[in-house]
Amino acid sequence: MNAVNASGWRPQMGEAGEGGAFKTASGDYGLMLEEALSFELGSSAKCGVDLDTLARPAAAGLSKFLRKAAPALPGLTEPEAVRHYTRLSRQNYAIDLGPFPLGSCTMKHNPRLNEKMARLPGFADVHPLQPQKTVEGALEVIEQLADWLITLTGMASVAMSPKAGAHGELCGLLCIRAALDARGEKRDVVLVPESAHGTNPATAAFAGFKVQSIPATPEGRVDVEALKAKLGPNVAGVMITNPNTCGLFEPEMKAIGDAVHAAGGYVYCDGANFNAIVGKVRPGDLGVDAMHINLHKTFSTPHGGGGPGAGPVVLSEALAPFAPLPFVSRGDDGRIHLVEEENRGEGHDQAFGRMVAFHGQMGMFTRALTYILSHGADGLRQVAEDAVLNANYVLRSCEDLLPAPFAKSGPCMHEALFSDAGLAEGFSTLDIAKGLIDEGFHPMTVYFPLVVKGAMLVEPTETESKAGLDRFIASLRSLAQRAKDGDQSLHSAPHFAPRRRLDETLAARKPVLVWQGTPGEPGTPALSEFGGS
Amino acid sequence: MTRYFSQEHEWIEIEGDLGTVGITDYAQGQLGDITFVDLPAEGATFEKGDSVAVVDSVKAASDVYTPVSGTIAEANDVLADQPELVNTDAEVGGWLFRITLSDASELEALMDEAAYKDYVASL
Amino acid sequence: MRYLPLTPADRAEMLGVIGAASVDDLFVDVPAEARLSGPIEGLPAHASEMAVERHMSALAAKNLSAGTAPFFIGAGAYRHHVPASVDHLIQRGEFLTAYTPYQPEIAQGTLQVLFEFQTQVARLFGTDIANASMYDGSTACWEAILMASRVTRKVRAVLSSGLHPHYAEVVRTMAKFTEDEIVSLKPELVAEADDAAVIAAIDDKTSCVVVQYPDVMGRIPDLAAIAEAAHAKGALLIAVVTEPVALGMIEAPGNLGADIVVGEGQSLGVGLQFGGPYLGLFGCREKFVRQMPGRLCGQTVDAEGKRGFVLTLSTREQHIRREKATSNICTNSGLCALAFSIHLTLLGGEGLAQLAAVNHDKAQTLIERLAKVPGVTVLNQAYFNEATVVLPRDAREVVRDLADRKVLGGVSLGRLFPEDSDLHRGLLVAATETVTDEDIETFARELEGVLA
Repeated sequence: MNAVNASGWRPQMGEAGEGGAFKTASGDYGLMLEEALSFELGSSAKCGVDLDTLARPAAAGLSKFLRKAAPALPGLTEPEAVRHYTRLSRQNYAIDLGPFPLGSCTMKHNPRLNEKMARLPGFADVHPLQPQKTVEGALEVIEQLADWLITLTGMASVAMSPKAGAHGELCGLLCIRAALDARGEKRDVVLVPESAHGTNPATAAFAGFKVQSIPATPEGRVDVEALKAKLGPNVAGVMITNPNTCGLFEPEMKAIGDAVHAAGGYVYCDGANFNAIVGKVRPGDLGVDAMHINLHKTFSTPHGGGGPGAGPVVLSEALAPFAPLPFVSRGDDGRIHLVEEENRGEGHDQAFGRMVAFHGQMGMFTRALTYILSHGADGLRQVAEDAVLNANYVLRSCEDLLPAPFAKSGPCMHEALFSDAGLAEGFSTLDIAKGLIDEGFHPMTVYFPLVVKGAMLVEPTETESKAGLDRFIASLRSLAQRAKDGDQSLHSAPHFAPRRRLDETLAARKPVLVWQGTPGEPGTPALSEFGGS
Repeated sequence: MTRYFSQEHEWIEIEGDLGTVGITDYAQGQLGDITFVDLPAEGATFEKGDSVAVVDSVKAASDVYTPVSGTIAEANDVLADQPELVNTDAEVGGWLFRITLSDASELEALMDEAAYKDYVASL
Repeated sequence: MRYLPLTPADRAEMLGVIGAASVDDLFVDVPAEARLSGPIEGLPAHASEMAVERHMSALAAKNLSAGTAPFFIGAGAYRHHVPASVDHLIQRGEFLTAYTPYQPEIAQGTLQVLFEFQTQVARLFGTDIANASMYDGSTACWEAILMASRVTRKVRAVLSSGLHPHYAEVVRTMAKFTEDEIVSLKPELVAEADDAAVIAAIDDKTSCVVVQYPDVMGRIPDLAAIAEAAHAKGALLIAVVTEPVALGMIEAPGNLGADIVVGEGQSLGVGLQFGGPYLGLFGCREKFVRQMPGRLCGQTVDAEGKRGFVLTLSTREQHIRREKATSNICTNSGLCALAFSIHLTLLGGEGLAQLAAVNHDKAQTLIERLAKVPGVTVLNQAYFNEATVVLPRDAREVVRDLADRKVLGGVSLGRLFPEDSDLHRGLLVAATETVTDEDIETFARELEGVLA
């Protein structure tokens, strides 16, 4: 189990680097291919699309608005474009290549059936403003997914339109604001644990609340007594992540909820870590009033290099009337209706408004529903169990070498949290992370949560095999040992990635955010300044 | 000229009723490479302890609190192009702003250089 | 279960390593009364790929897809032909299944695409810079208003009546929860955009004016005049572009004085998808960069001096600045940005201009033909690929009647502006390169039938 890909091929971008005098004329090395910018490759006159050339001149009314010159954008023919993007793609790590154990991000396998279903013309080629009777199947997808989300969470309803997790958080807090307004109360404080993800305080501020921080206990949980001490007539609610960012379940969740409700506030639960409990625990049984569900995490819609995600928000009875437009609702006639501005008067006048144009992330709804139907109630439960099992396996397989600050208190949920305490002087989490890149893995989440110094948060997910985990564990143990032994080569890792460590200070001090130059002209400032390879 | 230090790692040098404020060399070392400094507008009035400026490094943004109350007389515009001065010359050329003191007695609560050295050593 | 690699033997062995008797022992922190003892009741069990495909295909078949009917709907989402290579390339696993490029050494593919994307958007919009994208056009629009407040330190935003009503509703909703004052102008069924009313509404307290270009009725506002008036009062001009293909033909807003340009990028590469995921575009003047929301990708070098790219200026963002962040946004629309960028690279500057010319040509054919339908008049003086026609009766019924005849004949202004009954005879119709002359003829004949 310790052989880390002893025989197979793997990228070795650095082979011509340190100690190797060999340099190719092209700058490429076998399958390791550099790629210029599209702006350096293409020209405005090239086109990869055959267009009708018989268009007549602009109508007279448009003449004074015409563009003086076509935009200075490079074009590529199809073979050139396919090659450009394919070469670029090979400079990315991805789930499809190996474990991607980013804590709190739930990088699980993305089933390809989901992609296929989302591309059915009946879903992909439908306009959001078509007459309702021509989109009944689309509305049914939204309704079926909503049904599953409500049942899995034990909540009263769900707002489907938020575009991402942070957008869902905003939706939940705006529901709370609307509910408070309806009660005629001005409460302006939201309590957020210090271990929370940065979006929680940012969202609370965005929604017009003041943020007060709640400390964590030495066991990595919310300090319930400190929280209760802050409750009062000015507290609108709390934002709790459960399972929390330390990878632990908050056992006092129900008590927290009861105390918050008794004080007149609402409980927002950050559902980023729902993957650990889906099918095992219903947040609605724990006193939650609102919780967003990252469809791109638990329900495996692809992360796509940073979005798009989707963040539906399940709501309690108390908040359900305030959900934003538009939404689908099954009428007394058994038919599904789309509720939007035009018909909100029919019993939905408390909706707090609208968060997006159109209906939300339909393309993600079809993928998530496909995923859910594939797993079923039994499979989803198995997802949570295997995710938690995999994390505990990593935890117990590494804790003798890497301190696990909260592991003494019991098992973790779907994430194993380590710290960099005990490494040799001058070695830290960053060295382990960059070393993992050389080992052929994506690093774990680093320096988060902030409550643990040098945090390393490992979320294997349920779609890693035991053999895959064993390989990852062997690499992590090897790196921990090298960092304990003071192996200096770790400081300059990664050695074998498409790039060495990048100068982020330069990027921030002198921001270069767009390419300057004329398409298709080589030797532009960008290239000559930086030399290429 | 007298120089005082705060527990938040600002220094202030007094000349008449004008104080020049920056962050200490110890503070810049903790922050790492400074990439940007957000400076206050001239004429703005602040209370002691208000967040007046923000110092950015790649991964952190740190508030700078004014150690005294007063009105901003000048900001160090050189930092717009050379934020790295806060790293290389924190306690001279990397000053952040000049403030006209409204209450000189506030200086009594600050540390002198020896006391600040002891304070840093205790961290 | 085809997606779960652990075998029962694996699980037993792993529990042994952990020192737990059963998986339930790993859930001890969950209070017993909250733990479910088995699969949630009333929900179906797992299903084969074939069974799921059958179920989803049946749902898809209940929809009338745009490609199977004469199709003239726009109003903020446009049906364009997307080259086959776009969808192939975005399904490369290295793009599809990568995360946000927080480890730049192994994410140069995504990062370089974002750098190219930012450059494309900036050049298309005529702005100095652009970000790595937002959720969609409507949320980008609200973020732009917030940014204008930060830049000008004023909180009064004037919305042109030509702004897409969904966008305006998003703005009004969000402004309820901030201190921003929103002035919404009343839409009218007239030939020209409401430039004069917008200019009249600007005062010294105004942070920004928000003007859609072309506007929601297809009219084209005079951005240069509005920019001049706004700047005279210390306000910013935010231009909103819901159909980026138009910018292949009409002047870029940044070149006409717009300070911030936002838009919906769905037209290029992304597809209709019943409304999402879409692609928020955001460009602005370079001097506002520290006030921008969203991710930014920047150029730098690695330890060996090779050019590379990183996410940069992230101290603006929520994961560092927390409650002081410029926005709570935590993601972008990465894969949609990739699709947009590939499509635009396939077109190139001249190709985009030609595509725009074809769109305008089709729209002229459509408008000229509809003008011949008895009872129908054309509203617009100028239009690009979308215009408003006025019918003898409420257009909402007409649209539904057309759908019964399998024609997707535009969007009624009554659906977009339910409270403005003066507009209800307006019908918004769009024609892109996907429309054929036969489609136009069918539409015109069926409209004659419906109105007869």
